[in-house]
Amino acid sequence: MAKILVFSEINGDRVKNVTLEILGRLSGHAIDVAAFGNLSSSVISDLAKYGANNIHNLKGANLDKYSPEGWANALQDFLSKNSYDYFIAGSTSLGKDLIPRVAGMMNSGMATELTNFVFEGETLKGTRPMFAGKCLTKVEVTGSKPHFVTIRPNALGLVESPKAGTGTKTDANVNAGNIRAIIKDIVKGASEKLDLTEANIIVSGGRAMKDRSNFKILHELADVIGATVGASRAAVDSGHADHSMQVGQTGKTVSPSLYIACGISGAIQHLAGMRTSKVIVAINTDPDAPIFTKADYGIVGDLFKIVPILKEELAAILK
Amino acid sequence: MNIFVCVKQVPDTETKVIPSGDGKYIETSSIKWIMNPYDELAVEQALLLKGSDATINVTVVRVGSVKDTEALRTAMAMGADDAIIVETDEILDSYMTAKALKAAIEKSGKSPDLIFSGKQAIDDDCLQVPQLLAQMMNFPSVSVVTAFAIDGGTVKLSREIEGGAVEKYEVTKPVMVACNKGLNTPRYASLPGIMKAKKKPMTKYSLADVGVSENDRKIKYSGFHLPPEKPPGKKFDAMDEANQAKIVKEVVGLLRNEAKVI
Repeated sequence: MAKILVFSEINGDRVKNVTLEILGRLSGHAIDVAAFGNLSSSVISDLAKYGANNIHNLKGANLDKYSPEGWANALQDFLSKNSYDYFIAGSTSLGKDLIPRVAGMMNSGMATELTNFVFEGETLKGTRPMFAGKCLTKVEVTGSKPHFVTIRPNALGLVESPKAGTGTKTDANVNAGNIRAIIKDIVKGASEKLDLTEANIIVSGGRAMKDRSNFKILHELADVIGATVGASRAAVDSGHADHSMQVGQTGKTVSPSLYIACGISGAIQHLAGMRTSKVIVAINTDPDAPIFTKADYGIVGDLFKIVPILKEELAAILK
Repeated sequence: MNIFVCVKQVPDTETKVIPSGDGKYIETSSIKWIMNPYDELAVEQALLLKGSDATINVTVVRVGSVKDTEALRTAMAMGADDAIIVETDEILDSYMTAKALKAAIEKSGKSPDLIFSGKQAIDDDCLQVPQLLAQMMNFPSVSVVTAFAIDGGTVKLSREIEGGAVEKYEVTKPVMVACNKGLNTPRYASLPGIMKAKKKPMTKYSLADVGVSENDRKIKYSGFHLPPEKPPGKKFDAMDEANQAKIVKEVVGLLRNEAKVI
């Protein structure tokens, strides 16, 4: 039985889904959680439901809001007083920024963005994509503990009947130390939707979208099914979409339950970024487009005709 | 002012990746190597600063094999002043790489005001080296940077987070900056630039010179393999407008009843 600390990000009253995905897979080990912010009773009960025992609510001056140095210093402070075999967190925007710094402070190794793992005794054996998923490798962390591991959102999935933990919340006073890089302001994005890396459904447009304004039909479809809109590199490079929407080797790597590729031919670097999607639908006028080799359901047709019909059909069954 | 830019050489994005026979890495014999695309943004940002102040010295640093030095030659052809390479044919993990970069920067004798790198390398996608290097140098760092401005000693940066939202940072230099697309448009190396680059100094160190050994390795990889291929899916011809409604209805039915994702 390994002693594991799971770092949880909290969004208001919600625990980030990836935290619950991780917790559900740790049954049989000693599982604690560490989190910043005010933990509501629903947050506590969700964490407990998926197996958390001790929930350490990290508190201290200058820790209410995220800062890379403040939170890293605070986590180091906590970890220096509490010993764990593994420290596991979601590979989110915040996780990617924060966790390597903490690992460096602890002189520990870190395995980034695993898509799966098993425990052999007390040793975590992970699988992670390399070259944006063109290839997979097995990975193990060695050296001093705790070993740091981050997990790709949506990769593990939620376990159906998690084994509950005690969910005992205690406050832990920690020190934010010296914060030099200060966040002065946060400018909200155009969309309030889930980030591509966390989205359960993605509707993506390629070069065939022809123009930025045409993405409107993808947004309309996305609204019906609760999806986030993405784009291929060709669409981004042509100025039809923002880089934050790019899926692929030089954009975001995603693994939603459903990926709907509209007018995307399927360049190797795009396929690398979305091939782990559970179900792929492709709409393209070219019957020989490489995207069809990865699609579960391929529709050879004009996206400008097909997407509006698809939206109506989905709206009808979801009513 | 001294600026260091950390660059990595990676396989071109169009590379078809094939695991090596022993499963320890991938076949590298026929790979076309390029500068990591995010590192091009880092080089460009340093050169933009040098453009407004010619006294700035830009040094590019790389850890890796010397069989092909495309990334460093490209950076110097774009306009960087000099280069440092820590030579190794081994595949290092992020910790070893950051440790080697730190030592190489320190051995140069120049005290860095700014260190730039890409936000991630597109080969191992570990996203660790910038933050690790910052931590080892005791620098603040900002990652996934899409805007950069400097006014005296104060640096203003934008960092892209979820859903296209942006965190606006302010920090006093020195600082480590990990660059994202959108920050700038990297220039192409000019022909005179390429000629000049051949004469620019390149300092070489061994791993031992920078104090890195196998004892520093913290991540063990094994069993490189291709992801499982999906069985072929179902394909429908909906070019004829008369069929479209029927086919879309059928696909939606499959998404609900067969794939169970709707």
